[in-house]
Amino acid sequence: MSERHETLAIRNLRLDVAQSGNDIVDEVTLTIARGEMLGLVGESGSGKTTVGLAVLGHARKGVGIHSGSVSIEGTDVLAAHGKDLRRARGRLVSYVPQDPGTALNPALRIGGQVLEVLQTHGFGADNAARKQRVQEVFSEVLLPATPSFLRRYPHQLSGGQQQRVGLAMAFAARPAVIVLDEPTTGLDVSTQAHVLETVRALASKHGVAALYVTHDLAVVATLADRVAVMYAGRIVEQGTTAEIFANPAHPYTRYLVAAAPEMGSDRELVGLAGRAPSPGRRPVGCAFALRCEVATAECHAAFPEVTNVGTTDSHDVRCFHAFTVPERTSRRAAAGVAAAAGNDAALSLRGVDAAYTGLSVVHDVSFDISRGECVALVGESGSGKSTLSRSIGGLHREWTGEILLDGAPLARSSRDRPVQQRLSIQYVFQNPYSSLHPRRSIADSIGRPLAIAGVDKRETGREVDRMLERVSLSASYGSRFPDQLSGGERQRVAIARALVSKPQVLICDEVTSALDVLVQATIIELLVDLQRDLGLAMLFVTHNLPLVRSIAQRVAVMADGKIVELGTAADTLTNPQEEYTRRLLADTPAIPEFPANPELPIDTLG
Amino acid sequence: MGILKLILRRLMLGVATLLVVSVAVFLLTNVLGDPVKRMLGRGALPEVVAARRAELGLDRPLVTRYFEWLKGLLTGDFGTSYANGSPVWDLLEDRVNNSLFLMAVASAISVPLSLFIGAYTALRRDKWFDRIMSNQLLVLAAMPEFVVGALLTVLLATNVWHLVPAVSRIRPGEPPWSDLDGLVLPVLTLVLAVTPHVGRTMRAAMIDVLESDYVEMARLKGLPERKVLWRHAFPNALGPTLQVIALNIAYLAGGVVIVESLFNFRGIGIALRDAIPEANAPVVQFIAMFIALIYVISNLLADVATILVTPRLRTRLQ
Amino acid sequence: MSTDITIDPAHTTAVAQPGLLRSAMKLWRTRIGVALVVLLVGVAIVGPWVAPYGPAEFVGTANLRNVEGAWLGTDYFGQDVWSRFLHGGRSILFLASVATLIGFFFGAAIGLVAAYNRGRIDDALMRFMDIILAFPQLLLALVALTTVGPQSWLIIAIVAFTTIPRIARITRGAAVPVVERDFIGAAEALGESRLRIITRELLPNVTGPLLVEANLRLTYSIGIIAGLGFLGFATERNAADWGLMVQENRVALSVQPWGTVLPAVAIALLTIGTGLISDGLARTVAGIDRGRPDA
Repeated sequence: MSERHETLAIRNLRLDVAQSGNDIVDEVTLTIARGEMLGLVGESGSGKTTVGLAVLGHARKGVGIHSGSVSIEGTDVLAAHGKDLRRARGRLVSYVPQDPGTALNPALRIGGQVLEVLQTHGFGADNAARKQRVQEVFSEVLLPATPSFLRRYPHQLSGGQQQRVGLAMAFAARPAVIVLDEPTTGLDVSTQAHVLETVRALASKHGVAALYVTHDLAVVATLADRVAVMYAGRIVEQGTTAEIFANPAHPYTRYLVAAAPEMGSDRELVGLAGRAPSPGRRPVGCAFALRCEVATAECHAAFPEVTNVGTTDSHDVRCFHAFTVPERTSRRAAAGVAAAAGNDAALSLRGVDAAYTGLSVVHDVSFDISRGECVALVGESGSGKSTLSRSIGGLHREWTGEILLDGAPLARSSRDRPVQQRLSIQYVFQNPYSSLHPRRSIADSIGRPLAIAGVDKRETGREVDRMLERVSLSASYGSRFPDQLSGGERQRVAIARALVSKPQVLICDEVTSALDVLVQATIIELLVDLQRDLGLAMLFVTHNLPLVRSIAQRVAVMADGKIVELGTAADTLTNPQEEYTRRLLADTPAIPEFPANPELPIDTLG
Repeated sequence: MGILKLILRRLMLGVATLLVVSVAVFLLTNVLGDPVKRMLGRGALPEVVAARRAELGLDRPLVTRYFEWLKGLLTGDFGTSYANGSPVWDLLEDRVNNSLFLMAVASAISVPLSLFIGAYTALRRDKWFDRIMSNQLLVLAAMPEFVVGALLTVLLATNVWHLVPAVSRIRPGEPPWSDLDGLVLPVLTLVLAVTPHVGRTMRAAMIDVLESDYVEMARLKGLPERKVLWRHAFPNALGPTLQVIALNIAYLAGGVVIVESLFNFRGIGIALRDAIPEANAPVVQFIAMFIALIYVISNLLADVATILVTPRLRTRLQ
Repeated sequence: MSTDITIDPAHTTAVAQPGLLRSAMKLWRTRIGVALVVLLVGVAIVGPWVAPYGPAEFVGTANLRNVEGAWLGTDYFGQDVWSRFLHGGRSILFLASVATLIGFFFGAAIGLVAAYNRGRIDDALMRFMDIILAFPQLLLALVALTTVGPQSWLIIAIVAFTTIPRIARITRGAAVPVVERDFIGAAEALGESRLRIITRELLPNVTGPLLVEANLRLTYSIGIIAGLGFLGFATERNAADWGLMVQENRVALSVQPWGTVLPAVAIALLTIGTGLISDGLARTVAGIDRGRPDA
C-alpha cells in the first residue's frame, strides 16, 4: 500500500449542512493511484456525489466543507482558493456530470465549450494548438472532429453524444484525476455500454486516477479496480472489486449484493425495508445498526474503527460483525409458478397498433397473459412499451386492434369502459412521488376505487386496513399523507390502491426504477407474493433486464414498436434467439462471477 | 431564409391580433353605448339626436362603418374629431411624437437599468443590496403610477425640494425636447413603474440560470467568475426576460395616459383623457389602435430577439 | 444532477401544504402586509360613520391648511379633507374586490380546463387570452368608458374581463405540471369524471400559486380603479374617491399638501399591503426566495 503512487488522497473529509452543522459526510478517507478507477457506491442520499464534488473543492449551496484534506499530486485542493482553486479545476481534476443534457450550456457551441477549458488553463502553445487538441480529444471520445460538428449546439446531439462531449471536456486538459458522477444514468443500455467502454479506454490510456460515483453495482463490478461502499455519509467498506463482490464483509454490502438482480439466475431478491438516516438524524454508533439483523449493543454505542480483513489485498471494513450476515442463496422455484398458470387468458392483445400524436409507435402486437402469470415487457426507451401498457390501462386512446379482458373487448379509453372492467385492470405507476394525490390521506387514496365501485364507507375502511396490512404497512399509515412516507412506502400504498378492488390484471410500469436497490428488492418480493397469492395476471414493464427473472415467467422484448421476441424468461435471457435481444443482453452490465476466497468465514450464521 | 419566413409568420399573427383588436375597439365605442346621446346629454330632443347622428354619419349600417373606418386606418385617414370636425391626425400628430419620445426615453433608461439590477441582485442574492433592492422593487411594483408620481412631485418639485418643475411646458408645435426639465418627472415615474417588473423577472431568470448545472459545470471547469457570468449565465437569462420587456413597453403605452395627466405632458394620453367625456370616439379609436400597434411591434421584436439569443430556436430555422 | 444530500425528494417538491396561510404569516412581510390591509380596509369601511362631515359638505375657504373643525384643512372646493378621505376608500375597495373575484373565478376555470384538455381547446383558449392581453388594462377600460361613462357595472366588467387571461395563464402554468403527475393518470384509469378530476385532483394542488396571483391581481385592480378615479372617471360625481382626490387637489400641492398626500399615501399603503401579502404567499409557496415574473 505504501508503494502505491497516490494521485488522489482524501483524508478525513467532512462536509456539513451549512446552517445546522449536521454532517453530510464524515471520516471519508480514500486514495486512488495513477491509472486506477475506484467505484464509490451508495444509495441516494449516501453522500457519494458530495464527496465527488469535494474532490474539486466544490460544495453545493447550503453545504460547507468542514474539515479534512483532498490532495491531488501533492496539491491540497481544499486549502486552495480563488485563482489557485480555479487553476486546479479542469487542469488537475475534472468532472463528468450526471446529466449532460443540463450540464452543457445550451447557448454555446460544443467545440467552444471544450476549447474554453484549454484557453482558461493556457493548455498548449497557442490557440491553433488548442484547437488541434479539441479535435484530438473529440476523436478520442469517438465523436466526429469535423468543423461542422464542433459548431453544433448541445440540443443537436443525442444523449450519448452529449455525454461524450462531457467526457471530451473532462479529458481535454489531461487532468490527473477525473470524477465521474453517474455519467450513464438516463442513457439506454447500448449507449451506456459504449460510453463506459470509452471511459475505460481513456482512463487507462492516459493513466488518470478516476473516481466513479454510482448506485449501480453491476457497472462498478465491470468497470472499477476497487470499490468503496458508502452508507449514511460514511465509507463502511472498501477493497478490490473482486474482494468486495466475492467476500463482502459489511452487513450493508452483503445486503446490497443480495438485492442486486442477476440476469443469469432466478435467485430470489432479498431486500431490506427502511431507509438510511438523513443528516441530523444519524445515531452515535453505526448508522446501519438501525436496520441490521446482527447489530448488538456495541453497534449502537460506537462506530467501529477501520479494520483490515483482507487476506491477499487490502480490504477495509467498519463493522464489529464483519462477514456475519448470512449470504442469501435460496432459489425461487419460478418454474413452479409458471406451471400453475394454465392457458386461461385473463388479458389478450390481438393486433394492437398505437400512435402517439399521429406517429405510429406500436405495431401489430399480440400476446396473452394467463391468470397467475407474470409477463415482463422489456425494451429501451422509445420502444413503445409505455404506450402499449398505457393503452391497456385505458390511459392512452390512440390505438386500434383488440384488447380482451376475460374474452370481452375493452373500450379505448378507461372512461368508456364499464366500472367493473375499470376496476379489473389496475395500474401501478413508475414514480411513487407523483402517483399519490399529495393532499389526500393514504386511506382515502386507497379507498377511492371502492368508493367508485359503490362500497359503503365502513366496508371500505375495513378493506383499506386489510390492504395496508397486506402490503406490510400498519393501519396507522391510513391517516398519513404521502409526503410523510418514503419512496418504498409510497409504492406499497400505490400497490395497495391497485389491489383493493380485487383486479384480475395488474400493470406495473417501471415500478421500481425510482427506488434504491434494497427497496426495489422488497417491492419485488411483495409483488411476487401478491401475484402468487391472488392469482393475478401481471404485466411488468421494465427496462431493467436483470430484474426480469426475479419476477416474470415469460418475457416479451420490444423494439421499435414491435415484439421481437417472446418466450419464457429463463430461455430468452440465457439463450436469446433474436439478434436484437442478444445485443441488448450483451450491453447490459452484469456482476461477473468472482470466486469466493475459501479462507474467509462465510456463512458463519447460515 | 428561415428567419424571414418566421418574421413573416409573426407579422401575420400581429396583423390578426390588430384586426381582432380593431373589431373590439369599434364595438366598444359604437355598440356598448351611444356616443351621440352621451355627447348631447339625456334631455336632448330625439330630432336633435337624429340630426347629429346623420351629420356624423352614424345612421349608416354598423358593418359599413366598420369597413370604412378600417380602410381609413390602412390608408392614413383616421377620421375627424366629433368635437370640432378637424382631422384626427392633425390634432394628434405632435402629441404622438411627444408620447413616443417620452416612451423611448423611459424605455432606454429602464430596460438596461432593470437588466442590471436584476442580474446584480441575483448575483448578490440575499446580500444587503439584494434585500434592499428586492423590497424596494416590490413596493414600487405594487403602487399605481399616479401615486408614485404624486409622491415624487411632493418630494422633488414642491414641498420637500424644488429641483424640477411639477408640470411639463411643451407648447404646441415645439419638439418634446424643448422642455427637458419638465421631462424629468414623467420619465422618472415611468421608469419606476416599469423597472420593478423587468428587474424582478431578470432576477428570477438569472437565479434559475446561476443554479443550473451548466453554470456549476463552468465553475468546475475552472473558468474565471467573469467568464462564468457573462459568457455562460447572462445570455441564457436574457431569453425569458425579453418577453416581459415587450409586455412592459406596451404597458408603458398605457402608463403614459396616467403620467401625462399627472404632469400635463402634451401627449396622446391627455388627448385620450379629454376625449372620453366628449364621447369623441374617433380620437379614442385612433389612440387605442396606436397603442395596440406598439404592443404588436414590441412583441414582434421580442420574439425575433428571443429566437436570435436562443440557439435551440435559431437552429430550428435552418 | 440531483442533489445527493436530500433523502426524500418529496420534501423538495413545491406542493402547497395545508397551512399555507399560517406558514405565510410567519414571514414579517406578510404580517406587515396584513396589518396595512386591515388598517386601510378598516378606514374604508368604518370611515363614513366616523367622518365629521359629509363627503360633499362645504366647510370653509378652499385650500386652507388651518381651518377650525377641519384638522387637515380644506380641499380645492372648501370641503373637509379628513372627511373626504374617510369616505373615499369604499368604492375603490368594493369595485376592485368584486372585479378581481369575478376575474379570478373565470380565469381559474379557464386555466384549469385548458391545462387538463391539452391540445386544440387549450390552444384556442390561450390564443384568445393572449389577444386580451394585448391591451393594457387601463386602456381597455378607458375605451369602454367612452360611450357609456363611468358606470360601476362597466368598470367591474372590464377589470374582471381583463383579469381573466392573467389569472388563466398563471393557473394553466401551475396546473400543467400537476396534470403530468401520475395521480391524475391513476384517477383517469379509475374512470373519474373530468369535472371531478379538475375540481378534486387538480384544483387543490394549484391553490398556492392561484392565491398568490389572485392577491397580486387585487393589487393591480386597486391601482386601475384608483387610476380611473384619478383621471376623473370615478363612479359618482361629487363622491369622495381617493384617486379623484389626488387629481382634484394636486394643483394646490404646495399650499395644501394634505388633500393630495393623504389619499395618495392611503392608496400606496393599501397596494403595498396587498403586494407584501402576495410576496409572502409566493415565498411560502415556492419555499425559497426568488423574484417572480409578473406583468
